[in-house]
Amino acid sequence: MKEIYLDNNATTKVDEAVFEEMRPYYCELYGNPSSMHFFGGQVQKKVDEARNRVAALLGAEPSEIIFTACGTESDNSAIRSALEAFPDRRHVITTRVEHPAVLTLCRSLTKKGYRVTELGVDGAGRLDLEELKRALDDDTAIVSVMWANNETGVLFPIEEIAALVKERGALFHTDAVQAVGKIPINMAASGVDMLSLSGHKLHAPKGIGILYLRKGTPFRPFLVGGHQERSRRAGTENTAAIIALGKACQLAGEWLEDENSRVLAMRDRLERELLTIIPYARINGGGAERLPNTLSIAFEFVEGEAILLLLSEKGICASSGSACTSGSLEPSHVLRAMGVPFTCAHGSIRFSLSRFTTDEEIDVVIRELPPIILRLRQISPFGQELLKK
Amino acid sequence: MWDYTDKVKEHFLNPRNVGAIADADAVGEVGSLACGDALKLFIKLDDAKERIVEATFQTFGCGSAIASSSALTEMIKGKTLDEALEVTNKEIADFLGGLPEEKMHCSVMGQEALEVAIAKYRGGPVPTHGHGHDHVHGEQEGEVVCKCFGLTDGFLKKVIEQNRLHTAEQVTHFTKAGGACGGCIPKIKEIIAEVFGEKAVVATKKPEKLTNLRKMQLIQEVLENEVRPQLWADGGDLELVDIAGSVVQIAFRKACAGCHSSGHTAKFVEQKLRDMVSSDIVVEEVEG
Repeated sequence: MKEIYLDNNATTKVDEAVFEEMRPYYCELYGNPSSMHFFGGQVQKKVDEARNRVAALLGAEPSEIIFTACGTESDNSAIRSALEAFPDRRHVITTRVEHPAVLTLCRSLTKKGYRVTELGVDGAGRLDLEELKRALDDDTAIVSVMWANNETGVLFPIEEIAALVKERGALFHTDAVQAVGKIPINMAASGVDMLSLSGHKLHAPKGIGILYLRKGTPFRPFLVGGHQERSRRAGTENTAAIIALGKACQLAGEWLEDENSRVLAMRDRLERELLTIIPYARINGGGAERLPNTLSIAFEFVEGEAILLLLSEKGICASSGSACTSGSLEPSHVLRAMGVPFTCAHGSIRFSLSRFTTDEEIDVVIRELPPIILRLRQISPFGQELLKK
Repeated sequence: MWDYTDKVKEHFLNPRNVGAIADADAVGEVGSLACGDALKLFIKLDDAKERIVEATFQTFGCGSAIASSSALTEMIKGKTLDEALEVTNKEIADFLGGLPEEKMHCSVMGQEALEVAIAKYRGGPVPTHGHGHDHVHGEQEGEVVCKCFGLTDGFLKKVIEQNRLHTAEQVTHFTKAGGACGGCIPKIKEIIAEVFGEKAVVATKKPEKLTNLRKMQLIQEVLENEVRPQLWADGGDLELVDIAGSVVQIAFRKACAGCHSSGHTAKFVEQKLRDMVSSDIVVEEVEG
């Protein structure tokens, strides 16, 4: 069975061109970029090229790019660095809908004597900037707010937030792993101090990420050891993955227009058709500005894992905000923070598209999903009366 | 992805006995939309009102919840009500070739729905555990331990006992208790200790004169009922390796294995056995 892969916010296919770019750097050009000889030196040149390509996509300077192992490492480095750089400030601000890479870290900081404020969101998943203003004080060391939410695709007003944070002299970090390559980003005109990016979300392999660090921002390394990455991240470079990420960023820049036109149109069509065909369905984050590729849709009276298993039988790969898929017993913290009623939260499904998604694949989902929801609703003890109408 | 057996998948993809019975003799409903799963069980009896001739279900829940409901209805068809009451959650899981431990609560939900249906039919007190929306609160219900899922100590004790659950994590997998805010986990640990502690009382009688065989039996009983439950509460365990006269050889397992304080634990085991079996017992810790 050929898969219809609509789970690109979880991970993406490595673009064939990206794979070709990285392939020689395992068995043939395996030199260490730090070496003095020509064999390492030629790899150094490709690493430099990759750094330039990443910087170009972000509108940053190459020296502002630090290669890391993943988005989680970048997030941890950024927040811990800020706390070390400002030892007198003991307050951290984040949001209730962050990825666990940030949220778990922040919650663990409360046990070490830090004050942590988690900003709430409204029913559409939007922040209240007045709440941020009230939370900011002279004790605030760092504010970490994601650019785009991984579950709903809701975008936060990052530049407005950055401006507010800078006014109070704190550092601002954004986890942008879902945003890079899907919306235009220009760090040259931005107030963001630190930004996390993950390679495997934009058609590069797993195990590579970057931390963008604005020139002049105080920094304390997370990993110490060798002089790599100008002593800001020790450890021999993952050269093949770095070179792959450079290529992936170059391609992401070229495909950005497609993402915001063709991919967006497919997402909107999927959303529109499903809402038309299936009663008692609603969009999570529908009232907010969202990523072009993400659709989080809730179906009342049915449970998400059951939907995913039946979709999987048809070769369709999606993800859910339901409790049962993760082994936890509560629905997603993002949907709960938005106040999505339990009747919907348990039956929420996320489709996330990519430039490899086709119209034919969307047709298949529009054809296969409605009977699945109908079938599960026929089994469910809830909603029987409503659905008869 | 969950590692479901083929039988779970088959019962999920082709569930048996779906739907309502309009003139059902007994209906049992557990769970709710908020909890994330719910099961409504319908039972139709024969003319003599003894045997189950038809059983159907409506379920809101994940794949294993639907499969467990389907299995339950297949299992109880043809049984008398008393026979049906003998069906345990473990038998439901076994019927499906096993469930991932995190999903055992699905089989517990099946057993609960059956008990509720039969109790309501018979007009006696309805066995409640709290969660759900239309339960009659019976007398044996007890105190609510898990506030998130509304589960009582009486219900938890029963599941702990029936499934011999040793850790709070297992109790969460089987009942969901402690799975949301986690505030009741210390209380769950107390209940585990209580359940196995109570049983141990029976085995603590100390006979006057011991034959070797009786001594070995007693050592085993004390380890089983008195010592291991206490280790379970801390995530540890031990295994009896050998008994040679008064020398008892044990090996520590799980959290106890390699634990720095296992020496103290060995002393504790020795003291227990000296108090409850014979004062000449020596405990040796062995690798095994």
